[in-house]
Amino acid sequence: KKLILVFLYCLSGHPTLPCNVLKFKSTTIMLDCALDTTSVLNYLPLPLVHSPRLSKLPGWISKDGTINLEKELKECAGRLFVDSQPEFCLPEKELLDLSTIDVILISNYHCMMALPYITEHTGFTGTVYATEPTLQIGRLLMEELVKFMERVPKAQSATCWKNKEIQRMLPGPLKDAVEVWTWKRCYSMQEVNSALSKVQLVGYSQKVELFGAVQISPLSSGYSLGSSNWIIQSHHEKVSYVSGSSLLTTHPQPMDQSSLKNSDVLILTGLTQMPTANPDGMLGEFCSNLAMTIRAGGNVLVPCYSSGVIYDLLECLYQFIDSANLGTTPFYFISPVANSSLEFSQIFAEWLCHNKQTKVYLPEPPFPHAELIQTNKLKHYPSIHGDFSSDFKQPCVVFTGHPSLRFGDVVHFMELWGKSNLNTIIFTEPDFSYLDALAPYQPLAMKCVYCPIDTRLNFHQVSKLLKEVQPLHVVCPDQYTQPPPSQSHRSDLMLELQPPPMPYRRCSVLNLPFRRCYERVYILPELANSLVPSELKPGVSVANVSAILHSKDNKHTLQVTPAPPSKKRKRVVEEPPVGGAPKPLLSGAVPLEPFLATLQKHGITEVKVEETTDGHILHLQAEDTLIQLEEDGTHIVCDNNEPLRTTIRDLVLRFLQKL
Amino acid sequence: MPEIKVTPLGAGQDVGRSCILVSIGGKNIMLDCGMHMGYNDDRRFPDFSYITQNGRLTDFLDCVIISHFHLDHCGALPYMSEMVGYDGPIYMTHPTKAICPILLEDFRKITVDKKGETNFFTSQMIKDCMKKVVPLNLHQTVQVDDELELKAYYAGHVLGAAMVLIKVGSESVVYTGDYNMTPDRHLGAAWIDKCRPDILISESTYATTIRDSKRCRERDFLKKVHESIERGGKVLIPVFALGRAQELCILLETFWERMNLKAPIYFSTGLTEKANHYYKLFITWTNQKIRKTFVQRNMFEFKHIKAFDRSYADNPGPMVVFATPGMLHAGQSLQIFKKWAGNEKNMVIMPGYCVQGTIGHKILNGQRKLEMEGRSTLDVKLQVEYMSFSAHADAKGIMQLIRMAEPRNMLLVHGEALKMEFLKGKIEQEFNIDCYMPANGETITVSTNPSVPVDISLNLLKREMALGGPLPDPKKPRTMHGTLIMKENSMKLVSSEQALKELGLNEHQLRFTCRVQLQDPHSDLDTLHRIYTHLKSLLKGYTIQHVPDGTVMVESIVIKVSSSAEDPNNKVLLLSWSYQDEDLGSFLSSLLKKGLPSGLC
Repeated sequence: KKLILVFLYCLSGHPTLPCNVLKFKSTTIMLDCALDTTSVLNYLPLPLVHSPRLSKLPGWISKDGTINLEKELKECAGRLFVDSQPEFCLPEKELLDLSTIDVILISNYHCMMALPYITEHTGFTGTVYATEPTLQIGRLLMEELVKFMERVPKAQSATCWKNKEIQRMLPGPLKDAVEVWTWKRCYSMQEVNSALSKVQLVGYSQKVELFGAVQISPLSSGYSLGSSNWIIQSHHEKVSYVSGSSLLTTHPQPMDQSSLKNSDVLILTGLTQMPTANPDGMLGEFCSNLAMTIRAGGNVLVPCYSSGVIYDLLECLYQFIDSANLGTTPFYFISPVANSSLEFSQIFAEWLCHNKQTKVYLPEPPFPHAELIQTNKLKHYPSIHGDFSSDFKQPCVVFTGHPSLRFGDVVHFMELWGKSNLNTIIFTEPDFSYLDALAPYQPLAMKCVYCPIDTRLNFHQVSKLLKEVQPLHVVCPDQYTQPPPSQSHRSDLMLELQPPPMPYRRCSVLNLPFRRCYERVYILPELANSLVPSELKPGVSVANVSAILHSKDNKHTLQVTPAPPSKKRKRVVEEPPVGGAPKPLLSGAVPLEPFLATLQKHGITEVKVEETTDGHILHLQAEDTLIQLEEDGTHIVCDNNEPLRTTIRDLVLRFLQKL
Repeated sequence: MPEIKVTPLGAGQDVGRSCILVSIGGKNIMLDCGMHMGYNDDRRFPDFSYITQNGRLTDFLDCVIISHFHLDHCGALPYMSEMVGYDGPIYMTHPTKAICPILLEDFRKITVDKKGETNFFTSQMIKDCMKKVVPLNLHQTVQVDDELELKAYYAGHVLGAAMVLIKVGSESVVYTGDYNMTPDRHLGAAWIDKCRPDILISESTYATTIRDSKRCRERDFLKKVHESIERGGKVLIPVFALGRAQELCILLETFWERMNLKAPIYFSTGLTEKANHYYKLFITWTNQKIRKTFVQRNMFEFKHIKAFDRSYADNPGPMVVFATPGMLHAGQSLQIFKKWAGNEKNMVIMPGYCVQGTIGHKILNGQRKLEMEGRSTLDVKLQVEYMSFSAHADAKGIMQLIRMAEPRNMLLVHGEALKMEFLKGKIEQEFNIDCYMPANGETITVSTNPSVPVDISLNLLKREMALGGPLPDPKKPRTMHGTLIMKENSMKLVSSEQALKELGLNEHQLRFTCRVQLQDPHSDLDTLHRIYTHLKSLLKGYTIQHVPDGTVMVESIVIKVSSSAEDPNNKVLLLSWSYQDEDLGSFLSSLLKKGLPSGLC
């Protein structure tokens, strides 16, 4: 068995924000390009309206006074924050030449936010594959990010603190921030548009051929609208890429599990970040805390992304509002893309779960938030400026971003409501530690409730899934091979597999184990028709094949060998034999009695048979020729009688199988 | 040799009642299951007794595919599945699945409630039939079973219209349904990849038409409507509730807005609102422009177009009314037509194809006196205009699709025989492929010549590639030899040695030994060397060795020399070879028999 080389380059170490590159059959495939936005937690919030509190925060000077970073670093509640436009931690760019990437496969809209960094200014000339909802909603999330940043322009970009010598001196967590030199400011809308123009749309279970060598196919992953896992395969190798999948019944189409079967390698990323929190329980807690706060006359702030769980939250509230007597409470959804997100959610029926799908047959919008909007219970605004300020009534519930609390309209509500303990902030997004998110707002009077809703696979579900689909090898982020640091005794919160999973970290290069023996080749009709199969035993036939092998675009075909130019008969004896099909190997044995009978039929009658230890010697007395018959060999000794020799040869061959 | 069979049960040299049977790779597929608008008797539905004389069709069909929601493509579906009997899967796109049952119910109501027919399918049957539907997504590969594979492409004829690629192994057929190769105001253009099907089954409604530019037709249409309104006339536009209607509504809506017109536009039947709602929810199936702007402005929310009430028909003054159905064969459009037909100020615009037997067809052919039910006649005085807005590919479009898909054979359906004949000639001439146009019940058989996929052992492939130089070199063909092992469903091509091993067989060595007498007055060693030199000069490209133990080896053929005790000049050459070197061994033995040339050292 041959070992073929398949490499996996790991450009991100974040388990739910993956970016890996698979080199498979001379095709270079990037699997997701997620952006690690947790880096923004190190920055001061960007207020939409001037904030005296933030502007009065003291600057930082090292204790001995030698380093003065007053302008770059501000102190709040004992913690340091960078005062600059927030920056993101990009996928690793040095591990391989990004211009060599042929295709990028996107699994869901949360895992494509680094796309402009990869496709622009790197020499990338390939194609990006994504489903339509992933593209459309991904575009909205990028647009939102850009608008959040552009609305609060900050002239300065803080860089001094990144100096290794200086960073070493800083207090944590800034001191421990990694890869700070790779952090980048947000891209522009122009870069987003250019990046997204490279996207080629695909549907679930669509088979796309890449360079004739590899076939890729997205499968429903059940996590979000249009979210997909990917199959990357040739005729004899199969890699499954599982990223952000869910088995819960929320709005998306259910996960396609069976197509993941028979994988040589399964790359597993995007498991739940909240392995101990039950999403249903969290949803219940969300509702009850929300109702409690409103009844007490307080406001509720829900920092959230503009697509995804918010649809489920709104649906849950739709059912809850009347029973909880919240019919008159205004619900606000504030985002530059709020309207688009709500509209887009209604037009992707094909990508929704069965219940929602059947609604459009009526025809009714699949999500009930259409009704909430129609009845004026839910109102959406592009920002706090404009119409919102005149419509705004309290107490109310506000859904707005960004969940990091560092930029977006949410910053304004933190400043507005933070000082009153009547108000509540409910965290539902699992991407950011809520304590870190709140740090620059301390001291804070408002109540904080943490109800992270992460519908992605938990360890129990994933081990069941793996048992079901049985990949030969599993590759996963390092973090999944041990229990979480905070719960080191929970051995149930890790992957335990046989053979053990191959772990990766940022900058790992893994050689994936593939053993293969076969390749697909196509026998063209003309050749196929010329083959003469012979049956060896019932159900098994063989045929000798001599053919021309053509290899083009990684596809191999076999066709008939062109007939050699006809030669003049005379020269045959003079010229040594050229080319031609080699003689087949022989198998079987020549049985004595039938062989003698055959000889007789051909006029060879005077045969003296002599028994030997291994068989028989046949002496053809008239012709002075010997035939030595043995179990695994026949030896014909014949002088000066070529016609006889060839006759005997052909008679012997009749008894043997040719391979 | 494998073959594909195609038999139209409907739409063979005809428009209406589309229903085509395809047998491919042992699978039987029904493409569309439509009704004929021109008939009210048995001929309305395809003749399913062709498939089987007695009973249910489930055992005879692997699947049914519906291309779009028009009744001439799906109108017989509940009859087929519930009354004749079929329980297998029925494939159609999501929009078709949504809209098809509504049109079927409409059709049923007109037939049963208005015309009083019995022995027709019921509402419940429509529901039961729709339960058998499996939705198809564009470009998704759907596995009907282990061998039969479907893939849908955008057809642009109406909302949700699809073309379908049907594949079994390496044999394939594409069925276009109805399609449109030019994007219009609400739909995009049909598209297919270079899938090279064995047969492309295409509609050919407009086989001989090369239509002028869409803009001209639109301008013409608007001008006619406008003129009629100006002189106080009423304009009737018979349409089907979904499809063209939406496009013409968009057209009139923008025109009314631009020209600031006040005359009312009505849309008949309660379907309007609902129909437009479908367009909003299935906006991803409309064209690029509508999709891009739908958040800001949904094109299917009309300001000027209002719901029609039957009493409005008698209102004085100009108006435009869209009414169903589109061929004036029944329902509201026919009622309004009867009311307005007597006034030459009025106008009827037929925006689409009308099948034979319908009033639409008759007036388009210039008939001015119509026989109505109850022996009364109707004088047609109003203006009759025909504007082809039905979204079918014209001759140019059909040729364009052939260029896209590159089929090996072409088969025309859904058109008139004479026109088909013309197009068939054009296709055969331009693409040099066979083009068929079977009549209903006539079977076309096309032999396919599929390549056979086998698994080649990597060892063998690598060995061949190593011989042929660096990896894929498309230009250098290489001959390779191996053994094909065929076992159950697997076919493996391996080297002969590996084949022996895999099959657990022993190798049988066949050897030949041949003595050749030779007069050569030299020592044995010298003779051997002379043979070596002789062969070396003669056999180019062979490995020839003079081995010190007193043999010459040509490839694996062994040559030894001995001399008889009596006559040292009489040499005996002993040649020994295996069957694998038979050609060379045989050649050498005859060569050496002729002796060695003099002058050899």
